Amino acid sequence: MSDKSGLTLFLDGEEVPFTRGESIFQVSERHEKEIPTLCYDDRLDAFGGCRLCVVELEGARNPVASCTTKAEAGMRVTTRSGKLEMHRRVLLELVVSENREVDVDELSGYASQEMATLVDRYEARTGRFEGRQSGASRPDDPNPFILRDYDNCISCYRCVRVCAEQEGDYAISIMGRGFDTQITTEFGGILKESACTFCGQCIQTCPTGALGDIKALRHKEIELPIEKTRSICIYCGVGCSVDIMTKGDKIVGILPAMDGPANEGALCVKGQFAFDFVHHPDRLKTPFVRDDQGELVPATWDDALDKAAAGLMAAVNEHGRHSLYAIASGRAPNEAGFMMQKLVRAGLGTSYIDNCSRA
Amino acid sequence: MSNPLRDMEKPDVIFCIGTNMTECHPVAATRLKKAIRNGAKMIVADPRHIGLSDMADINLQLRVGSDAALLLGMAHVIQREGLVDAGFIADRTAEAEAFLEHVKEFTPEWASEICGVDPALIEEAALLYGRAERGAIYYTLGITEHICGVDNVQSLCNLALMTGNIGREGTGINPMRGQNNIQGAGDVGAIPNNYPGFQPVTDPANQAKFAKAWGREVDLELGITKVRALEQAGDQIRAMLIDGENTLVTDPDRKHCEHALKSLDFLVVCDLFLTETAALADVVFPASGFGETDGTQTNTERRVQRLRKAVPPAGESKPDWWIVSQLAQRMGFKGFEYDSAKEVFNELCSLSGTYAGLNWDRIEFGEYQWPVPEDGHPGTPRLHEDSFINGRGIFKMIRYRDPAETIDDDYPVWLTTGRRLESYHSRTQTGRSSGIDYLLPEELLEVHPDDVSAWGIRDGGWVNMSSRRGSVRIRVKATKRSPRGTVFCSFSFNDVPVNVLTGSGYDPVTETAELKVCTVKIEVETETGGVAAD
Ligand code: SF4
Ligand code: SF4
Ligand code: FES
Repeated sequence: MSDKSGLTLFLDGEEVPFTRGESIFQVSERHEKEIPTLCYDDRLDAFGGCRLCVVELEGARNPVASCTTKAEAGMRVTTRSGKLEMHRRVLLELVVSENREVDVDELSGYASQEMATLVDRYEARTGRFEGRQSGASRPDDPNPFILRDYDNCISCYRCVRVCAEQEGDYAISIMGRGFDTQITTEFGGILKESACTFCGQCIQTCPTGALGDIKALRHKEIELPIEKTRSICIYCGVGCSVDIMTKGDKIVGILPAMDGPANEGALCVKGQFAFDFVHHPDRLKTPFVRDDQGELVPATWDDALDKAAAGLMAAVNEHGRHSLYAIASGRAPNEAGFMMQKLVRAGLGTSYIDNCSRA
Repeated sequence: MSNPLRDMEKPDVIFCIGTNMTECHPVAATRLKKAIRNGAKMIVADPRHIGLSDMADINLQLRVGSDAALLLGMAHVIQREGLVDAGFIADRTAEAEAFLEHVKEFTPEWASEICGVDPALIEEAALLYGRAERGAIYYTLGITEHICGVDNVQSLCNLALMTGNIGREGTGINPMRGQNNIQGAGDVGAIPNNYPGFQPVTDPANQAKFAKAWGREVDLELGITKVRALEQAGDQIRAMLIDGENTLVTDPDRKHCEHALKSLDFLVVCDLFLTETAALADVVFPASGFGETDGTQTNTERRVQRLRKAVPPAGESKPDWWIVSQLAQRMGFKGFEYDSAKEVFNELCSLSGTYAGLNWDRIEFGEYQWPVPEDGHPGTPRLHEDSFINGRGIFKMIRYRDPAETIDDDYPVWLTTGRRLESYHSRTQTGRSSGIDYLLPEELLEVHPDDVSAWGIRDGGWVNMSSRRGSVRIRVKATKRSPRGTVFCSFSFNDVPVNVLTGSGYDPVTETAELKVCTVKIEVETETGGVAAD
């Protein structure tokens, strides 16, 4: 039970170990206490803005934010009580009342359901504070990737923090206070004219869908469940893990995989948004062979394979096995390259093979 | 990479050379940014003022193709100032004495004459890297795509060896591989010199091993590189099988390349789209792509990961491995009956020492970095921790060599090429993904504002840019990202086929094309729209 350091605290009466530097929230999470959060993203520095994560601390007059309070030996922490639950509910109601809508489409982004889920958990769907909304949307930003609907912004600053801490891009910042708070670019302009690299990290951390994935949201109307398939981005050697979102036979969007070993939740504009080439009408859908007129015309697999085999073997038979050369792809999977080199080696006994690494 | 990606948050001194990481490997760059936030210092050496330069403590804006001179100058300072890691040199390296003697000749002043960087800056950079507790080097094609690419890499190795910056957390020599599976293509043996797992074809023991596995003896002679094969097209090489490469657009010297492909008796291409290269083929096979097929791919830190099928393939398209295995069978070759990517991958593992401890199921979560020499081995996130693969790290006596072409009166401007954040390679994929055009609608030639006025051209105006091999028409963008006398553009846009111009020379060892340097002249276009590419 106790680790090397021997540090322990009491969590809802139970003595539990922790390591120096951990927050009360982190310790609680490890022990499966369901403390609600809104401004928290475990990849970012704790911020302490939403106060949803408050817990009671023996000896402290007021509840403390568990995400920003470091665990200390001997602490006695209560994560759940009638008073805490009431406080959380009131906070949520306040937040809800400021927003135009609670239920945003799941396609909006990775964390987009966080608020709606909490609102349901705390039955906080009322209109008690109906009135002013914070933030103003930016329908004038014509960028095709990032929806900026600040009517749904709750000022958790996760987007600003992910952009700064995770991306190091500092494209967006906070302007004003209270109800007038705005998330904005340096000169208040559109994202394209800012330092934004369109990595999409802000939309993926937004807990309300105020920032949303425009390309994915185009598929909102397809009434099929979203399925997710873990794969790897195909655009560079970093090898970021992604979850491909599909509806039926269609790829509708990409989610960064938070547990991806190479990227730990990060992506760039290509990995995040350049996926729809897969369904582009230009895709080759059948084999093609050159006919007698010299035109490339559609063919069956059988014909095309026979014609290709005959053409390649004609060269080999006439000019020897060193007359066939194979160029493998630096983009196709390992199995493709393996098969290409096996074809020349096991088939012809040569090493007449290369890939695109030299150019 | 000698070190894992996560080590990128650990160095106290970062040395990036010939890598435009914020655009080409953006997610890796975020890790360097974190290291910098934690106090790491960064040296950036690049002919252009790139994204990384904005964050650097020292910027070495060197003339294209002069990396070896710069690195010799740095080695000189490290030696002179006694910043050499004597213990490491004694225990782990060979030829150190000769090397330390060799570099005495190459003062920062000498290097400065060639690379154009202020000697004081060279000195400063050398001291910073030389004194690092954990110094890490990152590089990309800006180092390798030169006639002296091998020398450049060796020069970086020399620096790391003399300072003992290898084999530990946050150190290393880290090439950032460009294409998503260019690492894998080498791993699986799609190279003329090695079987899968980098087992040389010249070794009779390997020949015997593969003869036993595949029932056919493979020549002990090396194959030839793609560069040679294209040269011999129509001659010794009569037929080609190309998988997923738009050779015509991405290779240097497009005219030569087009001629080569056209002079073949027979060309077979597999691809997702009817690329410029596929359009020349006799038979084109439709390959299935991202999200449509299962497979594996190996990243720049040697991590083997699974690609998964999420949707049915477009039309009748098929996985590349299936196409090639079917073709092999029809060509009458034995041993090409496979039912799944899993079977293929498991055969690869059974034949490759580096993948020996892996199989399809084991790499489900991608936690292994090769070498994984046997079952139960945890993988090797960091190379060279206790020893080098061939025993000792050997210093090489590098000298500076000029690029294949240097500027002269006829071609007075340096052209260097590269990639941009928003587009990938020949844009067969990014160009067909919606929205990308909003960010990057066209290719522009980046020219220093002073050159724009000096050359009598206009920001936003059209120019003709020609080399000894051809010419292209392109619009100008004035930007201080380019130094004076050097211009930049990417090779991604088909309407600006910049590889018409490149291809001045090749590294004699690897035959890698010198895509990063070519000399050009730039002329205002007189008749609007009058001049087309070549
Ligand atoms: S897309 Fe990326 S760079 Fe742009 S604002 Fe969002 S987090 Fe910042
Ligand atoms: S998301 Fe970007 S950084 Fe990651 S693998 Fe793809 S191209 Fe590379
Ligand atoms: S999650 Fe702790 S204050 Fe918001």
